Amino acid sequence: MAAGFSQWGNDLYTGKRSYDIVGHRRWWFSVSGLLVVAAIVLLFAPGLNPGIEFRGGSEFVVTGAANRDQQKAVDVVAAVDHQEVALVTTMGTSSLRVQTRELSSSDVEVVREGLAKAYGVSVNAVTSTYIGPTWGADVSKKAVTGLVVFLVLVALVMTLYFRNWRMAVAAIVALFHDILITAGVYAAVGWEVTPATVIGFLTILGYSIYDTVVVFDKVRENTDGVIHQSRYTYSEKANLAVNQTLVRSINTSVVALLPVAGILFIGAFVLGAGTLRDIALALFVGMLVGAYSSIFLATPLEVALREREPEMIALRKRVLAGRAQAAGVDGEPVAAGVLAAPLVGPLRPGAHQGSAAQPKRRRK
Amino acid sequence: MRTLVTLGVVIVAMAAAIAAGVTWSKATVAPKLALDLEGGTEIILTPVPEAQASGQVTSTTISQAINVIRQRIDASGVAESQISSQGSGSSAKIVVSLPGQPSQDTVKLVTTSAQMEFRPVLQQAAPTPTPSPTASATAGATPAPTASAPAAGSTPDATATAAASSAASAAPTPTPSPSATAAAGAGPSSPSDAAYYVTPEVQKQFDSLDCSNQKNLTGGVNGPADAAFVTCSQDGTSKFILGPVELQGRHISAASSGLNILPNGTTGTEWVVNLKLDGQGTTQFAATTTRLVKETPPLNQFAVVLDGLVVSAPAVNEIIPNGQAVISGSFTRSSAATLANQLSFGSLPVSFQVESQQQISATLGSEQLQKGLLAGLIGLVLVVVYSLIQYRVLGFLTVSSLVLAAIITYLVITLLSWLQGYRLSLPGVAGLIVAIGITADSFIVYFERIRDELRDGRPLTAAVEHGWARARRTIIVSDAVNFMAAAALYVLAIGSVRGFAFTLGLTTLIDLAIVFFFTHPMMEILSKVPFFASGHRLSGLDPRRLGVEGFRYVGRGRVVVEPKGAAEADRPGQAWPTKQPAAVGVPGMTIAERRAAARRGGTGAPPDGSAPTPDERPTTEGGEH
Repeated sequence: MAAGFSQWGNDLYTGKRSYDIVGHRRWWFSVSGLLVVAAIVLLFAPGLNPGIEFRGGSEFVVTGAANRDQQKAVDVVAAVDHQEVALVTTMGTSSLRVQTRELSSSDVEVVREGLAKAYGVSVNAVTSTYIGPTWGADVSKKAVTGLVVFLVLVALVMTLYFRNWRMAVAAIVALFHDILITAGVYAAVGWEVTPATVIGFLTILGYSIYDTVVVFDKVRENTDGVIHQSRYTYSEKANLAVNQTLVRSINTSVVALLPVAGILFIGAFVLGAGTLRDIALALFVGMLVGAYSSIFLATPLEVALREREPEMIALRKRVLAGRAQAAGVDGEPVAAGVLAAPLVGPLRPGAHQGSAAQPKRRRK
Repeated sequence: MRTLVTLGVVIVAMAAAIAAGVTWSKATVAPKLALDLEGGTEIILTPVPEAQASGQVTSTTISQAINVIRQRIDASGVAESQISSQGSGSSAKIVVSLPGQPSQDTVKLVTTSAQMEFRPVLQQAAPTPTPSPTASATAGATPAPTASAPAAGSTPDATATAAASSAASAAPTPTPSPSATAAAGAGPSSPSDAAYYVTPEVQKQFDSLDCSNQKNLTGGVNGPADAAFVTCSQDGTSKFILGPVELQGRHISAASSGLNILPNGTTGTEWVVNLKLDGQGTTQFAATTTRLVKETPPLNQFAVVLDGLVVSAPAVNEIIPNGQAVISGSFTRSSAATLANQLSFGSLPVSFQVESQQQISATLGSEQLQKGLLAGLIGLVLVVVYSLIQYRVLGFLTVSSLVLAAIITYLVITLLSWLQGYRLSLPGVAGLIVAIGITADSFIVYFERIRDELRDGRPLTAAVEHGWARARRTIIVSDAVNFMAAAALYVLAIGSVRGFAFTLGLTTLIDLAIVFFFTHPMMEILSKVPFFASGHRLSGLDPRRLGVEGFRYVGRGRVVVEPKGAAEADRPGQAWPTKQPAAVGVPGMTIAERRAAARRGGTGAPPDGSAPTPDERPTTEGGEH
């Protein structure tokens, strides 16, 4: 398997095998567009499920419960507050989380004692929490501020580094794409949005941009001096870059996702609700989508922006004319549309490029 | 090689520092855990500007409030509390973390707003229990060893103190206060009525109070407003009996420090504290100063009490009718500023509202930590397996780099938790596990670049050199972006987001350090080891696996047909790379290769002429420069 993968990597590098990702960009754009629309619909239809940090209320955690019959907790809360139906979740292997609306401190004590009795633990094993409704909102507000500052910084740094604002724009579009889809998946799964989820989303920011930058760096390297030649168009060069980084992207994604998948698995099936599970889900989806978007969205988008530049249009004309001419030299009928792009790969110095590549007098 | 040694020295130095810290100081071998892992109570307070004062919540008020809360908690005997501000400006919050389950009183202590009062001084004395002024120097050692508790019965000399007697004698002097209709000793004639307030009990408490003991200087809650109050000065230099509250601190509208203004309007050279009172405060203070100015020392002093300790006890020199007082004395620039700060804290226009109070169970936290670490470990093992499949023996370099990164991270976090009070929280642990992926990515980018260079036909040493030059840029810029994300989050975020951002930023830096000071130097060394240099099948850098097969151009028109596993060390460093399968539409060999093949009676020249495009100027893509 590894040998096959390695050979596949070789072929991608040399261009022997090439996936025309940039060429089919309309297709990828529609896929991404559909995903984003679906995510937005999911954000509205089931919607995100705000955690107690965003709703406000009282929360009790029973640790070391002998049995985990959730009805008992509901009964205890109902005995104190008749209208209130408590939200009971299991946490970890022997803990229960009971969430109610805000209770007075005397009620809190009654509920604590009731829960302790119901589950056969000491009162100290039942912790209570009061969370104001603004706490989670504050965290999110801060997160949004952080997001804006981060975006401005990223746009600046990327524009400076790549000497081109288009890459920054493409990277940021890809970033929003990632976040929206992740949020959509989160809404679809229906887990509660906690500050931990917000943390997960924020990490995706960093990871998405990070991944895009790695791919763009290869694009930048491949397209360096692209206008000084007339063999390939910008799209073809960028597509080669994407193909060449494909192995790296797959390897990185696997390596990054394995630990996250570990946490997600343990979090979802062993630990139940909690920080780790929430972070892991956001990260798992975000990293997956992030790796996808740097290849299938960011790069094609950057190319689409780039190909509108007059220089690139001129280059494209030059390349196509050259190909038509070359085909004409070979004595075949030339139909401009039929001309297929040649195999795009790194130039091999010392290789014979054919008689057409030899210096010759220009036709008058 | 030198970088490797340096890195080793740094690691050993950090480990030694921790070991030394464990032996001689309070350091621990493992990093300290935050509340969510250790269990405890976290109280988050939101400052609420008070209605009557149109004050803004500034970072200064927040830091003053934190100082006061810290002083109160320390006074209550709760160890290892953490108080920090998060956020800034009007949305700032104060997060108080208390280990274990604090009592209701402690919680109340945290949440009540600051208490500042002005009280008249009834008695003042040297800080030690034996009141005779001459004995004060030795007093701390001789009587009642560490008689900390006021009621410890450290039996002071029965011979009444000079200060006490003077106070007693001062008491009968009639104090002409407005409400001086003293009903035959039934009530106090004025707040300065020492005879009424200084009861034998108070006197006894005062005599036994030892203000040179640090324990009595932690402050606490002010005494009842309508009774005498015995306390120390904040710096422990004297002790006081104070009368009832004359003025609440909230009536201070402003306090500032500056140089005194001389009567002729010019600025003097003496540092003073200027105090401004609001309307009600002005009236009350005018009445107080009118009375106090006529008293004899120490009764002409009023004490500024903040959280149970006397901040300052200036004497009144004149009646202050307009609410604008100037406190002068032997201030330095900084002591004047401190007092002004403390005074303005009394006028803090904020109170605090409990936003969330959370009790965190240690059992749950430790279960999450255990399972989280288990998950991380499983993930790490999978990463190791994957790298070994992908990169063969070279995968061990990835693994050892990751292990080294883990060791350095552990050491740094332990050091920080010792020196800076950093605590590892659950989101922090998640950040660490996520970092595995981002750290490993640097190695993957690097290795893939080396492979690319090998595919271009470079010998390993050159491939490492060129691959590094290119991978370095990518690694630096991508890590810079990641670090930016972490920094932006750390600066702007609050709560658990911060712990996460911190570990993310830290691991990004460590990732850079590892790649630069370990992985790359190791790679350079490995590239000279025959196993890798010859491109062993299992080395992960086998040129044949990477599509470079058979013939090799070795310069000067010569081609070598390499037997399996032959070294490529005989190639000149800058030789043109030659062999690779079908690049630009020419699925063939170079001229030299074709000749060599023809010599061997092989298949001869490959089909040529299928390259349709005109040549181009040399670009960088072959990696030839």
